[in-house]
Amino acid sequence: MMLSFNHLKKNLKKDFSSFKKIKIAILSDSASQLLNNALRGYGYEVGLDLDIYEADYNQIDLQVFDPTSELYAFAPEYIYIDRSTQKLLKEHYKHDTPGQAAFADEVLKKTKNYCDTIAARLKAKIILNTYPEINDSVFGNYAAKTPSSFVYQLRKANLGLMELAQREKNVFISDLAGIQAQVGQRTVFDPKMYVNADMVYSLDLLPLIAKNVTDIILSIAGSFKKCLILDLDNTTWGGIIGDDGMEGIQIGYFGAGKIYTELQLWAKQLKKRGIILCVCSKNTEEIAREPFEKHPDMVLRMDDIAVFVANWETKVDNIRHIKNILNIGFDSMVFLDDNPFEREIVRTAIPDITVPELPEDPAEYQSYLRQLNLFETASFTEEDEQRTRQYQEEAQRNVLQQSFENEADFLASLDMRSAVKEFDTFSIPRVSQLTQRSNQFNLRTIRYTEEDIKNISSDDSFMGVSLTLEDRFGDHGLIALIILKKQDATTLFIDTWIMSCRVLKRGMENFTLNTIADYAAANGFTKVIGEYIPTKKNGIVKDHYASLGFLPADGLWQLDVAEYKKRDTFVTAKNELWTSTTS
Amino acid sequence: MDFNNIIKQVNDIFIDVLDNEDIKLTPETTAADVEDWDSLNHIQLVVAIEKHFKMRFTTAEINGWKNVGEMCVAIENRLKG
Repeated sequence: MMLSFNHLKKNLKKDFSSFKKIKIAILSDSASQLLNNALRGYGYEVGLDLDIYEADYNQIDLQVFDPTSELYAFAPEYIYIDRSTQKLLKEHYKHDTPGQAAFADEVLKKTKNYCDTIAARLKAKIILNTYPEINDSVFGNYAAKTPSSFVYQLRKANLGLMELAQREKNVFISDLAGIQAQVGQRTVFDPKMYVNADMVYSLDLLPLIAKNVTDIILSIAGSFKKCLILDLDNTTWGGIIGDDGMEGIQIGYFGAGKIYTELQLWAKQLKKRGIILCVCSKNTEEIAREPFEKHPDMVLRMDDIAVFVANWETKVDNIRHIKNILNIGFDSMVFLDDNPFEREIVRTAIPDITVPELPEDPAEYQSYLRQLNLFETASFTEEDEQRTRQYQEEAQRNVLQQSFENEADFLASLDMRSAVKEFDTFSIPRVSQLTQRSNQFNLRTIRYTEEDIKNISSDDSFMGVSLTLEDRFGDHGLIALIILKKQDATTLFIDTWIMSCRVLKRGMENFTLNTIADYAAANGFTKVIGEYIPTKKNGIVKDHYASLGFLPADGLWQLDVAEYKKRDTFVTAKNELWTSTTS
Repeated sequence: MDFNNIIKQVNDIFIDVLDNEDIKLTPETTAADVEDWDSLNHIQLVVAIEKHFKMRFTTAEINGWKNVGEMCVAIENRLKG
């Protein structure tokens, strides 16, 4: 059965060195660290060394549109763009009614823009997820009759993504909405993970996503199933043909026949798609063939079966025989058998073949097999080229092209604004939380309780400042804080400098330092001292002070206030904080 | 189930989730005492504990425990129903 997230996480410590290396980038608009773990861990299960670049939180735009971004430097073979329905919903709610009615089109235009921008710079395959459904219950069932409703726009977006993938050869869909339909929302979403870790997927879903994305990668890389081998008694029909006779087996409307009829219908569709069907059964051949030739309710007939093997030899020998006739690898074969004992023998003798562990109750066969996604494929050549072109023309209508030649243009276009405030009763809980939880962009990693922060805010020898950030896409809230300690009349020490990793690479550091320098200058300080205390997790700020122009001084970093020149930043202040201090 | 039994089972969950055989929890153990017990792992621990004991905690509880003892008392209380 499906592996647990914890199992996949433990794989991370194992030896990948003999595996094929594949470079993949994950760009996500929610917290993706565990998804990263699950994906790499799942790779171990299928013999792939997935070399993953995980972009910082919510940086899809930046990574795609900035030609100098880490994404392009990494040059992955695959880019998985993971977007959440939770973010989609918030975006939708920001629009007025006409905007909401055109929302899916806008999402799709943007997605197309991602794909075009990436395609112009990389040969990578792009994997997009469909959005799992959220019914926000704003319109009730009337959402169906309301084009501006979220439910309608969500479904339209999902359909549009599939259409986009049909047009663009390098775009593939990881059908998360389809997974949601199979496993249910309770498995997809865990409110606890969402509230506490900003993760829109439950731990139990992560292995399923990892498998799904890996299935796509494997199929593109040429590893996919070509052949389905069926056992007969209690797999292709109910009962035992040798004992029950042709009239006694369950198929069609007889007994539990529905189960086997539906399984056969599925196999027939697979055959139509190009999967080779074979039979491997312990039976006398004439008796085993009889239903295929004469039973009125059988879906599969002899001409559907490429190789029909029914005898009293072992199944292992018979499967080897089938392989030799078809001249395909064992790893492209699936063997269905209701008997756990036979399955185990085949699995042991032929490790490369896929042998699903069918549920004990045949009634569960169909849903179980569907969930396994055994027959992933990267191509199917019956496309309606004419229709494809129509869709392409439709997508080009009113396209607001959004592509940036450099980072500065991109940052400038964001229209970033920051509210700079001394700690107050509203910000204290969040400030304390940031000091407790931030590990990466945290220069000294000093943890403060709410009580501590309250004391700091009323202590004249400290200045605590919180900073927010908003841009034209939304409000990130309180994302940075500094605590300045007045060491003496001329020296200001940066006790704490923390920034949420959500807003990395926005130039927020420059803006923050300008703020510090303004404060220092306005209050007669001539020196600002910074310190970096290394931890296992804060390596990203190792060169923080050096890159901001501080000079080394006795293991610390020093900035001369008089010589400070304001650093370039695309963030503008929403308020004037220090005017009151200086007056 | 008594408190000692609970903390023993919680200890096993910690060993499994954090993949560290050396973990020995006491009621006074805090996140600072255990390597890798950060906020992201905390939520994974909570999910594993919920699954193991077949219970669900509130967000307030999850963020409120000051040490392992408080966490185990919460489990104990829920088991008592």
